[in-house]
Amino acid sequence: MIPLEGQVRIPSGCAVSAMISKDGKRLNGESIIESMVPMHDRSNGLGGGFAAYGIYPEYRDFYAFHIFFNDTQCQKECMNLLKEYFEIVQDEHIKVRKMPQITDEPIIRRVFVSPMQSVLRHLQIDEKELVVRIVNRINAGLNGSYVFSCGKNMGAFKAVGFPEDVGRYYRLEEYEAYSWTAHGRYPTNTPGWWGGAHPFCMLDYSIVHNGEISSYDANRRFIEMYGYKCTLQTDTEVITYIADYLLRRQGLTLEETASVIAAPFWTTIDSKSEQEKNTYTYLRNMFPSLLVTGPFSIILGFNGGLMALNDRLKLRSMVVGEQDDMVYIASEEAAIRVMAPDIQKIWSPAGGEPVIVKVKEGAF
Amino acid sequence: MEMDVSQLGFQELNNELRASADENITLKGCIGQRFIGAGMSGKNISIYGIAGNALGAYLNGSVIESFGNAQDAVGDTMNEGRIIVHGNIGDAAGYAMRGGKIFVQGDAGYRAGIHMKEYQEKVPVMVIGGKAGSFLGEYQAGGNIIVLGLNQDERAIVSNFPCYGMHGGKLFLRSECEGIHFPHQVSHRPATSEELQEIRVHVEEYCQYFGGSADEIMNAAFTIVTPDGKNPYKQMYVAN
Repeated sequence: MIPLEGQVRIPSGCAVSAMISKDGKRLNGESIIESMVPMHDRSNGLGGGFAAYGIYPEYRDFYAFHIFFNDTQCQKECMNLLKEYFEIVQDEHIKVRKMPQITDEPIIRRVFVSPMQSVLRHLQIDEKELVVRIVNRINAGLNGSYVFSCGKNMGAFKAVGFPEDVGRYYRLEEYEAYSWTAHGRYPTNTPGWWGGAHPFCMLDYSIVHNGEISSYDANRRFIEMYGYKCTLQTDTEVITYIADYLLRRQGLTLEETASVIAAPFWTTIDSKSEQEKNTYTYLRNMFPSLLVTGPFSIILGFNGGLMALNDRLKLRSMVVGEQDDMVYIASEEAAIRVMAPDIQKIWSPAGGEPVIVKVKEGAF
Repeated sequence: MEMDVSQLGFQELNNELRASADENITLKGCIGQRFIGAGMSGKNISIYGIAGNALGAYLNGSVIESFGNAQDAVGDTMNEGRIIVHGNIGDAAGYAMRGGKIFVQGDAGYRAGIHMKEYQEKVPVMVIGGKAGSFLGEYQAGGNIIVLGLNQDERAIVSNFPCYGMHGGKLFLRSECEGIHFPHQVSHRPATSEELQEIRVHVEEYCQYFGGSADEIMNAAFTIVTPDGKNPYKQMYVAN
């Protein structure tokens, strides 16, 4: 029996990495896998994962559900539930490369779905809301089934293992994406299991995270009031739901979202212009429960771009590099040097200062 | 001796360093290996590529020269020797450093010199040629931190919250520090010529590694920050 949150404590580490082409050029997973190698010691083999954007152009109009099932019984139960709300366009195995480093694998399926119009009319919600509700229902309610990716034209790939092994296991060199994020896990406080590896996804939002959220319970209590269920025995998933809540449901911009999650100190706000002061004060007052404290460096992926963000005290490292149309982000400069050996422009963003990269309009 | 270390893990790399009878060792193709030169004495180590975290941790007399940027925690708890970085350094450089010197040509990240300390003749020194990030000299308990601000970017010489929890040592900023907010438990004022005379030798050593003229660099306004007040341990997280 795997111990739950609070029953075991494991000291921390973690590594993140990302690459994105602003021209929307699609690159295979080779480079992002290699970038995790020099950061090997930041992980301990209890979780690795990747998110890739632009990988399913032929199915771009359908939600791509990546699902773990404990057994065929769970699979049947979950598929029956999905069929009540969605047309199943395609249901297939995610191809993997068997290797001794990756064991205890669940059944791993990829299901392209399209929401039934009749259901949407009946429930009077839009299709994204339907996806969020059903995914939450499966992950919280169906034991042994876990939807770990549910966006359009993107997908997460994750497992228990070192990230470079996980990348090879999922044959990521066969996928082409304009944006990749990666994570190597060194679990803090909680056990390593397949669902607990990063990235954590909701719709096309994905989060990879290095750190530990001190405000987890305050954030969780708030976000659960809005129908999100925190079920994964780890703190990071709450950031994914916060991103979905602020960006999709509240319609905030990425910059505004960053200044809710990593709100500037009041003393810093005092030194700003009158207009900025008003904005920051409004956001801090409006969403105090969504301030994320404790050390973190996160990369939020979404269709058409990504955002990197450090906690406001910058208690975790993050380096950004830029070369031609490519932007690279990683926990360590060494990882960026693997992806772009001769890169000239490299800098470390300040704590709470978001780095937002968007693919050119129409290029993805 | 010259070694290509691109395929070595950090343990193998350090084992090779320790086993080598050579005093002068050059590492080529370094790619993020941690703890290079940890605890070592009596060696001159030159590094090409990117040295990993905790470069020269617990260093005990060796000289390390990195011809590229360095990552986090350079000179963590170092005791003696030199670390010279031709580039920028990451966060928490000189963490709990208790002796020796660190010279950085470019900028430092967050928390440079955090909890640097001194005892009798052991007085560590860190010279940062560019700008420093937030929380410079956090909980500084001793030693000298010198920031020269030689690069031309728009940023202030130090970002937010310098010297929080500082309770010992001296911090020199080559700037009048207008608009920089220091906490209540430190005092800051223009440095006197005697005080500048004390740090001149370090600036000269900086110029020896990276070029430039100590006379020109020293011919500018410096601010010195030292702890004062009756409650030096008061800090931003807890009021005590």
